[in-house]
Amino acid sequence: MQNENLVQISFFNQLMLVHPRKKQNERSEASVQVSEYFVNAEGTGDKVNLSDLLGTVEKTSGASNKTKKQLRNLQSSKETLELPLNKQQTEKIQRGIAYEKTTAEVSCWKNIILQNQKAEQMVFPLNQESSGPKRVEQVVAGWKVQTPLEQEIFRLLHGSRQPVNDPVLTPVEEQSLKAMSLEEAKIRRAELQKARALQSYYEAKAKREKKIKSKKYHKVQNKAKRKDFLKQFDEMVKTNPEGALEELKKMELSRMEERMSLKHQNSGKWAKSKAIMAKYDDSARKAMQEQLQMNKDLTQKMVVPSDDEHESIEEGLETVPDFVNDPETVIDPVNPWMRGQLTHEEPEVSCVTAEEVQTAEEENEEEEIIGEFERKRKLSEVVEEDVVEVSDKEEEDEDEEEDVSEFNTLFRLMRSEKTREGSNQTRGGLNTAGEEDEEGLLSEGQIRVRSIEDLEVLDEVVEPRAIEEPSAPQTAAAEATSEPPHKKKREINLKEVLTKEAKAVRLPFLPTVVDEEERDEQISIIKEAFAGDDVISDFIKDKSRQEAAGRPAVVDLTLPGWGEWGGVGLKPPRWKRKRFRIKTAPPPPRQDQKLPDVIISEKRTASVASHQVSQLPFPFQNTAQFESSIRTPIGSTWNTQTVVKNMTKPKVVTKLGAIIEPMVKEDFIKSKTTAAGDLVFLSNCPKKINFIIFFLLQTLSSIFVVSLLGCLLNVPT
Amino acid sequence: MAAVTPEVLTSTHVEKMKKKKLPKRYWEETEKTDQSQRRPEEEQGKAGQNQNKSTVKEKSLKRKNGESLEKKDPFPGEAPIPQKQLQKFQRGKKCKVPAGARERLKEAIAISEAMSEHAQKQAARYDLLLPEDAGFLEGDEDEDTNTISQADIADAVDITSGSKYFNLHLSQFGPYRLDYSRTGRNLLVGGKKGHVACIDWQTKDLKCEMNVMETVNDVNSLCTLRSASRWLHTEAMFAVAQKRWLYIYDSKGVELHCVKKFNDVLRMQFLPYHFLLATASATGFLQYLDVSIGKEVAAICTKMGRLDVMAQNPHNAVIHLGHPNGTVSLWSPNQKESLVKMLCHRGAVRSLAVDKTGTYMVTSGLDRKLKVYDIRAFKPLHSCFLPAGASCLSLSQRGLLSAATGEIVQVYQNVLGSNPVSKPYMAHRLRGQIWGLAYCPFEDVLGIGHGEGFTSMIVPGAGEPNFDALDTNPYRSHKQRQEWEVKALLEKVQPELIGLDPGQLSKVDQASFEQRHKEQIEALGFDPLAKDKFKPRTKKKGRSSAGAIEKRKRKVAHEDQRDEIRQSVQERTEREKELKEKSNEKKLGNKSTLDRFRK
Repeated sequence: MQNENLVQISFFNQLMLVHPRKKQNERSEASVQVSEYFVNAEGTGDKVNLSDLLGTVEKTSGASNKTKKQLRNLQSSKETLELPLNKQQTEKIQRGIAYEKTTAEVSCWKNIILQNQKAEQMVFPLNQESSGPKRVEQVVAGWKVQTPLEQEIFRLLHGSRQPVNDPVLTPVEEQSLKAMSLEEAKIRRAELQKARALQSYYEAKAKREKKIKSKKYHKVQNKAKRKDFLKQFDEMVKTNPEGALEELKKMELSRMEERMSLKHQNSGKWAKSKAIMAKYDDSARKAMQEQLQMNKDLTQKMVVPSDDEHESIEEGLETVPDFVNDPETVIDPVNPWMRGQLTHEEPEVSCVTAEEVQTAEEENEEEEIIGEFERKRKLSEVVEEDVVEVSDKEEEDEDEEEDVSEFNTLFRLMRSEKTREGSNQTRGGLNTAGEEDEEGLLSEGQIRVRSIEDLEVLDEVVEPRAIEEPSAPQTAAAEATSEPPHKKKREINLKEVLTKEAKAVRLPFLPTVVDEEERDEQISIIKEAFAGDDVISDFIKDKSRQEAAGRPAVVDLTLPGWGEWGGVGLKPPRWKRKRFRIKTAPPPPRQDQKLPDVIISEKRTASVASHQVSQLPFPFQNTAQFESSIRTPIGSTWNTQTVVKNMTKPKVVTKLGAIIEPMVKEDFIKSKTTAAGDLVFLSNCPKKINFIIFFLLQTLSSIFVVSLLGCLLNVPT
Repeated sequence: MAAVTPEVLTSTHVEKMKKKKLPKRYWEETEKTDQSQRRPEEEQGKAGQNQNKSTVKEKSLKRKNGESLEKKDPFPGEAPIPQKQLQKFQRGKKCKVPAGARERLKEAIAISEAMSEHAQKQAARYDLLLPEDAGFLEGDEDEDTNTISQADIADAVDITSGSKYFNLHLSQFGPYRLDYSRTGRNLLVGGKKGHVACIDWQTKDLKCEMNVMETVNDVNSLCTLRSASRWLHTEAMFAVAQKRWLYIYDSKGVELHCVKKFNDVLRMQFLPYHFLLATASATGFLQYLDVSIGKEVAAICTKMGRLDVMAQNPHNAVIHLGHPNGTVSLWSPNQKESLVKMLCHRGAVRSLAVDKTGTYMVTSGLDRKLKVYDIRAFKPLHSCFLPAGASCLSLSQRGLLSAATGEIVQVYQNVLGSNPVSKPYMAHRLRGQIWGLAYCPFEDVLGIGHGEGFTSMIVPGAGEPNFDALDTNPYRSHKQRQEWEVKALLEKVQPELIGLDPGQLSKVDQASFEQRHKEQIEALGFDPLAKDKFKPRTKKKGRSSAGAIEKRKRKVAHEDQRDEIRQSVQERTEREKELKEKSNEKKLGNKSTLDRFRK
């Protein structure tokens, strides 16, 4: 029974560790918010009538008759109240309202976002202080009103909110006030350094001590601690009786618990089995004895034993005053390794250790060392040491076991996460986990390495999910271009074009000026010379050939002899030719249609096309708009330096190394409010000044206006 | 009233000028003494009135001072820019915001318009910094400018300008072709019989001279040649088209490359912004060599016979070739066929020249005609008959046309326009047959290569007076040249962008998806969007036999076919439906209520 309880409690504790649950406090007195479940008012069940509440109204003379009448009517009316709306509807309404609210809240960003989108250049971080000359406000921040007139205006502008004679410190001054002197700073720094060094020493020491594996050392340590505690307790009795009483109370409580529980009573499953073995096995007997001894120790009244688990958790390892609990303390809660090993040990080994512990003698050192080695070896074999073991011996119900295994899986998952973080941390985790299950020492048996639940979890992880790849069907839009019907070409006399009348040129150096007759002669000579090669007809032929090549060919699908007589010399009939000769749409008119002496190639230049924009960019509606928008080159070859800089300035400029904070609502709302505030001041001003201020405000900042007004109003009007 | 105000203004200006004290200069002393001498006389003459005047003046000054406090700037705002200058930097038309446009569109258009307007204004403002203007030769009354001899001009102008008229007597190695570097500092001459020389023609400094021991067809300075002091450090190059192959030499005359892919080259053109050397060969091939990477970009078989007339359009880098059948063809490296073919002459084309702005082309043919074309519209503007015919043509930066007619070089003014010319602006007779003509950039100099050597001729008003120092700076230093080289290489224009319209890149490609897809397939050699062929999975237990696989394949194929058929049927039914509806509408439309009474 004892073992069983131990296991249960430890399990519960660990669960608590994993899922810390809030304790529900029971209500014992009435407060402002009264829960209908806890506190009952007096006279519950009685109906409260309107007359109970408003009975006094009848008696009071001050209330008007009309209201009295209304109240009376209300009382007499038997109409029931309407049912409240059901949950879904109310929630819907609430959602609607919430939506409106949030849209209103969010939409205040709309303007500034639009503004930023439109901005040609954004400089981040947004509200940067300019390094150059400061604004007037900053300069005038330290300005103080002096003349009575200035004071008056100041009062007018700022109302009674600001005292006029208030000495205003500049931010620089404030900063300088805040700052320490150099010596002070040095001293403080030295102090800090010292404190840091001490802390690090202490930490190192604690770490080192914690790492020591010698049992003997820890025994001695614990002994010393115990002695210390006793001394302290004695002192406490003298000096601080209240604290001592509290300590005593704690001890008493633990004793009570021990007495209540069946722990260490030799009534558990394990103890029963041991009892059977006790006849033959010395160690088993010893173990039982040990348990009983423990019980005795814990329930001793004179020296109050303390076995409070909560306390041990709260106070930590080092400060635990377990001087009373001999067997426990000797097992050394400080050393996590001991803990972990013991839980996985064979009953024999544990017995040996228990014996050792009980006797607490230094003679068995050799044995201890050997045992330790064994433990270490086993430890390396067992992978999952922190998991709570579910022993076969336990007389647990099936569902309980399930719970445990479930917890185990959870814990394992957690462990696997932790191990990634670092071995130190895992050791710490082990330590804390080990402390709670003291009964782990006594729980022996086989270890279930993996449960069914584990496997399920694994399955879930491993199960591959088929991800469907969306296949984007490519659609090619076919455009059918309809061309205007091909017109017949106009005949242009090529010769006419070519023989455009030429003017003769007189030359000073020529020996003889060419006469009209001579020129004619020459022309005739030339004509004779080029009689053979007719340049013009060649060109015309060439052109017609080109035109023919450009025209789309007619597809002839006629099958001679299909559906009629066939043979040599027989032509397919007209209807057939008409039907099966497919004519494609004529191409657009040639560029050189009206130029008889020119052949312009109609081939598209694909080489440039690869560099061209093929799709119209977003805001533009037609190509002309886009082309005109990029018609001005941006290179320095065609533009002046300033223009190039202006045209190629980046959209976003960030300051190197500066943190770009997200925009804050106050940044842009503040500016609005200040502007509004200025106008409020205006309304307070007398009308004469009002006009001037209004005029000035358009150009200058408010503070500067104040100083200017002072000057202006000094002039006698 | 309008007449009065300017007077007042001028008077105020004069007063201001008087008030202002100019810094003292040593050359002003004499003037001042003169004034001081004169002043006492005036004072004596007007002594009586003087006192009154002075008081009046003081009063007026006071009043002016009082006014000046209240008066505002008489010329507020920015200085106005003349409309003409603004017009000069206008790029395209302004885009109007359509009536029902969305807010975003409005903003986008407004921003771009504002930006381009700003750029235009700034450019117009900075145009003030180009103060130089070209002048022309002007004769006395009844004197033709073409009768003025070069010697007279050289005597009349200053010494440095006068030294620009010179002759190189090189009668040994036959007629010369020539080429100036882009900055105009260096001159490259190549004799028919193998003589090649580099000269810094202004200092008459010979850079290199050699004889390639072969026929030289053409010379072309690829990169710029440098001034004397930094001569060794630069690696300027020039290309020489020799009898068989194309050779590239460095500025010292060391042979760098012998490009054997380019054989029988007759004429060459260098496209400076593309770093392309275009060559026309006797075998009818037009080839492009990328000088920056040494790669042949394109080789086009023109199928037009021997190509010995060539010019480039500086506006769009299109090569113009003249052919024996009287046609001129335009070529880009991106197209295997000519972009445009024009019939210009009845006989063979002898020479070609294209205007700097790419607007005009001047051709001369065996039919002894000189024709000016507008090559934006491919229309002849005017033609004139030269009795001797022009063997060589060259256009200067300012639009002066020089034509070699036999032994005489004629220079024409105002050729590029609609009105025909009647007489030359200048003329110069040489001793041998003219073989090459070239204007020197940024100088009023025309270089002539002929049988007896080389002649540099002064042509007032030929060169552009203002140069772009970042592009071609005749006075650039070594460092500037280096920087320019890097910049030019970085800004190299790819040969794919050569086309008739240089602004093609800034236009939206409006080709259909199918067309682009077809082009893509052509370029890649496969269809990137093609559907994968059905590949049956291998199945076990004997179900993956050849027959079973075939069955499965057929199943899938049938399914696909069915889909297609289904789609086509659906389309057809829809079409029919539409037609029916239309016909119904027509019927209904034709019917009226009174129709039932009709028989």
